[in-house]
Amino acid sequence: MTLPFAIIGILTLASTMAAMSLRNLVHCALALTVTFAGLAAFYMQLDAQFVGFAQVLVYIGAVAILIVFAILLTHRDEPPRPSIFSATWVVGVGIAVAVFGVLGGLVLSSQAVTRKVPPPPDISVRQIGEQLMTRFILPLEVIGLLLTAALIGAVIIAMHEKGRE
Amino acid sequence: MTPLPCYLLLSALLFAIGLAGALTRRNAIIVLIGIELMLNAANLNFIAFWRYGPNPQALTGVMFVIFSIGVAAAEAAVGLALIISIYRHYRTTNLDEVDSMKG
Repeated sequence: MTLPFAIIGILTLASTMAAMSLRNLVHCALALTVTFAGLAAFYMQLDAQFVGFAQVLVYIGAVAILIVFAILLTHRDEPPRPSIFSATWVVGVGIAVAVFGVLGGLVLSSQAVTRKVPPPPDISVRQIGEQLMTRFILPLEVIGLLLTAALIGAVIIAMHEKGRE
Repeated sequence: MTPLPCYLLLSALLFAIGLAGALTRRNAIIVLIGIELMLNAANLNFIAFWRYGPNPQALTGVMFVIFSIGVAAAEAAVGLALIISIYRHYRTTNLDEVDSMKG
């Protein structure tokens, strides 16, 4: 384990825990942004620079802003609740710990651990673009259709219903 | 270079924290954030396996993550629109108060 990995890993995990446990929703959104930035740093460490920049653009630039907008739109001055966690939180934490136990046990007992690391791949944005236009043209079209449908659907769902009140 | 299990364990931990948040928090927005964290943990796994796999020049892992980020963005947009719509009907985003279908 190298030093940059340890630093980014601790930062990412700490901000993830903060995003899941803080009381103030805006603080949660800010901690989430730090998590996304840490993941982008991991992608760049793993020689996937394009994915790292896509992560910064899509998650920090769009999803985090969208979440902040949703927090602002649903904000209401209500009396502070005794608990931010649901009544059955023990079950939820138990399930999460069990899932981590199973995943961690499988990772540590797997054969892929001892595999040797291939040399860093030499990929350029031009290659990614060419692949997107040739081999991955069908998924690209499908994702375009999906994004259009999601955009229209989101607008229709969130649109104010007239004549209701 | 950092060995592969470190990335896998970190991603498993991220997934578990996101799952715990999605299962235990009351606020619908935080639940959605937890789901986003789980998707991101899966993306980190894709990239780690691509980089340490036998043929990183093939670009398959990178492509999968790019499409996965696109799907996650669509999911976040629709999910937040649903939360805003629920807030308009119930005047709350606490999931345990949205229980009119409870038997």
